[in-house]
Amino acid sequence: MTNNSLSNEEIRRYSRHLILPEFGMTGQRRVKHGSVLLIGTGGLGSPLALYLAAAGVGHLGLVDFDVVDESNLQRQIVHGTSTLGIAKTESARRRLRDLNPHIEITTYEEQMTSENALELMRPYDVIVDGTDNFPTRYLTNDASVMLGKPNVYGSIFRFEGQATVFYPKEGGPCYRCLYPEPPPPGLVPSCAEGGVLGVLPGVIGTIQATETLKLLAGIGEPLVGRLLLYDALSMRFRELKLRRNPDCPVCGEHPTVTELIDYEQFCGIIPEPMRASAYEITPVEVSEWLHSDDPPFLLDVREPNEWEIGHLPDAMRISVNELQGRLNELDTAREMVVYCRSGVRSGRAVDMLRQAGFRKVKNMTGGILRWADEVDPSIPKY
Amino acid sequence: MAVTVSIPTALRQYADGRASVELAGGPVGQLLANLVEQYPQLGRQLYGDGGQLRSFVNVYVGDEDIRYLQGANTIVPDGETVSIIPAIAGGNVQTFKRSNV
Repeated sequence: MTNNSLSNEEIRRYSRHLILPEFGMTGQRRVKHGSVLLIGTGGLGSPLALYLAAAGVGHLGLVDFDVVDESNLQRQIVHGTSTLGIAKTESARRRLRDLNPHIEITTYEEQMTSENALELMRPYDVIVDGTDNFPTRYLTNDASVMLGKPNVYGSIFRFEGQATVFYPKEGGPCYRCLYPEPPPPGLVPSCAEGGVLGVLPGVIGTIQATETLKLLAGIGEPLVGRLLLYDALSMRFRELKLRRNPDCPVCGEHPTVTELIDYEQFCGIIPEPMRASAYEITPVEVSEWLHSDDPPFLLDVREPNEWEIGHLPDAMRISVNELQGRLNELDTAREMVVYCRSGVRSGRAVDMLRQAGFRKVKNMTGGILRWADEVDPSIPKY
Repeated sequence: MAVTVSIPTALRQYADGRASVELAGGPVGQLLANLVEQYPQLGRQLYGDGGQLRSFVNVYVGDEDIRYLQGANTIVPDGETVSIIPAIAGGNVQTFKRSNV
């Protein structure tokens, strides 16, 4: 049958789509012949992968280099307890294979970089941004613009989400029109530091999945040129206008960025070895020092709710954001070790303290997470 | 009637945890200056060293970006909402090599 590429089995499976007048056989065939590259198989990527697979997207590509961790399962619903420790791409493939054996799934267990991004994206019709960091977001954007592909964007933080479709080829703006430059590292807290409501990426990822299906099926009004904002706490959706910036360095009239760049450098991320190692101290060294005759003063720069989960004995807590205003509570003459969850915020605190004249201050590398691994496993990891 | 300035989650910690602040109407630049006067910690988040609005923070009057209106001189009428919308990435800004959104 030339005009019907769906098998009887597929027709049974997709019948609720087929009886939608707006969707029908035409929409379903387009979806079946469509391909989508999902960048990230985490919080946003989970509902995306599940719904797109269930809907019968013919070819799904999954890019992720991470493995499934217990702390992912609160929101990354494509994974499960049985796939803990397994590559996320493989974990997702198993679940999706069970959900829909009719589709093709290609997994890329690697990090998307400036070197491989164009090659990864080229075979796909729609690019979906389910990433969690600024360098990959700018990379995804720039590569999509260069290839003329739609980039279905979603982003989340704590209780808040954003979604839109960047599609300059069809006249819409790109991510750089919205935000020409990323915030410097550390200014905006991350989900690992700030937390995220587990169901939030479900809402935003499902909106991205909806937009992806609409693009493939060619129905409805795409979320181009509009930024959808969602606030779970007040349960409100709002919409803002997004305009194409004629001076945009990537999609503007005279683009200055015409090939992919070093996105870590663009986002101000300093490679680990460049951090002043003289100010770093390992948890094992801290533990030995604490048991010596001259133990250091311990400063915990996390938030009260994190302190409640667990903390080191005899530590004092001042949130990193309050530190500047409470320096008078600290003794510049005393040896001090600063720690947080993973060593990022405490690294910032150490920089700040050194600038304020504290010479005897060190950062506990890897934070309380590494302390739990190497010194005291009774401290809970979160 | 005043103007409501909505503060995004990421910046609430610099505004005593407030989700919104009521201010008198007028040019949006002046309105933001009044906001920063009330919550000085917000200043560093919103403005760069040169005093210009940071490029990862957008300000909207109603549903329109002030960059496409009259910038800081855009007049905010009473009853209107001003939204501060910073770039959010989700996960770990520091470590590129992770993807746990």
